[in-house]
Amino acid sequence: MNLPYILTAVFVMALVTYIPRMLPLVFMKRKIQNRFVKSLLEYVPYAVLAAMTIPDILYATSGIVSALIGLAAALILAYSGKGLLTVALGSTAAVFLAEQAVRLFI
Amino acid sequence: MLALCDASLKQWESLQLEKKQAFLKGLKDGIPICLGYLSVSFTFGMMTAENGLPYWISLLISMTNLTSAGQFAGTALILSGGAFVEIAVTTFVINIRYMLMSLSLAQKADPAMSAGQRLLLSFGITDEVFAVGVQQPGLLTAPYLAGLIFAPYWGWALGTLTGATATSLLPAALRSALGVAIYGMFLAIIIPPARKVRPVAITIVIAAVMSCIFRYTPLLNRISSGWVIILCAMAAAGYSALRYPVGEAGEEDAQ
Repeated sequence: MNLPYILTAVFVMALVTYIPRMLPLVFMKRKIQNRFVKSLLEYVPYAVLAAMTIPDILYATSGIVSALIGLAAALILAYSGKGLLTVALGSTAAVFLAEQAVRLFI
Repeated sequence: MLALCDASLKQWESLQLEKKQAFLKGLKDGIPICLGYLSVSFTFGMMTAENGLPYWISLLISMTNLTSAGQFAGTALILSGGAFVEIAVTTFVINIRYMLMSLSLAQKADPAMSAGQRLLLSFGITDEVFAVGVQQPGLLTAPYLAGLIFAPYWGWALGTLTGATATSLLPAALRSALGVAIYGMFLAIIIPPARKVRPVAITIVIAAVMSCIFRYTPLLNRISSGWVIILCAMAAAGYSALRYPVGEAGEEDAQ
């Protein structure tokens, strides 16, 4: 555990999270007119989260099969509009059960 | 002279009462946000503890960042030992949307809101605080905004602490399965809007496919994950912004 590294990183994160929130409220009073910039800002969060999830989710558990099952469970739950905690815990439960099943059969 | 003092004192008192009421109204409006935050930050606390981060660092992250996607991504990069510039750019790219929210709130903000109040309150602008704040009729006052931010802030901290300390009590098999939880949560954030809005779905598919290409192509897979995320996100969001620009009201055009 490299504490100076972690604390510096946390400070960097806090700063770059604060700055975009602070600048407009403190300094700007007119609206963004550029449609492209507005649209880009609208789509960026989805693109970021998608790129972070795929394919990393496949390597997040002890095996790719249980990870695929977890991914399927998460997709189904998210698609049916379940909340964040439900989807997170539901996919965890699916992975847990899959890993227990694999252990039983091998 | 005395009468003047008395009048201004009364005025001051009624102003204080008004501020107090605005704060309390904000506090009340913030409670549903707080409840939602408890569960999300609980998951964050669980995830960080699962990855070996001490509970007080998770708490510090939540109390200094107060954001979901950005702090999850940043924390994931910290855990994989990412460079500071990677962490900064990734977190910044995810949080760029706050500029838009802060900008909208700036149009509604009470002109009487001081620079100091703006500096302090802007820290509490989250997706949900923005959503509630922006739909308030009339001007957005500093006491109301302070009240609105109060409960979600402490809910976010408390949930993180509870999640981070509860995890060490869990059995090893369950903790291994928890590796998938953070991604499950990301999917829970992006899939429901993708169902409703086709350009969002297209953005997600482009980003996911590009991310796979970077992962599985020789040479390209040497680029570190933070930059891959930025490249994928800017390309996918850039494509959608050109192809499906959002309308004036901030809604995507119907396809």
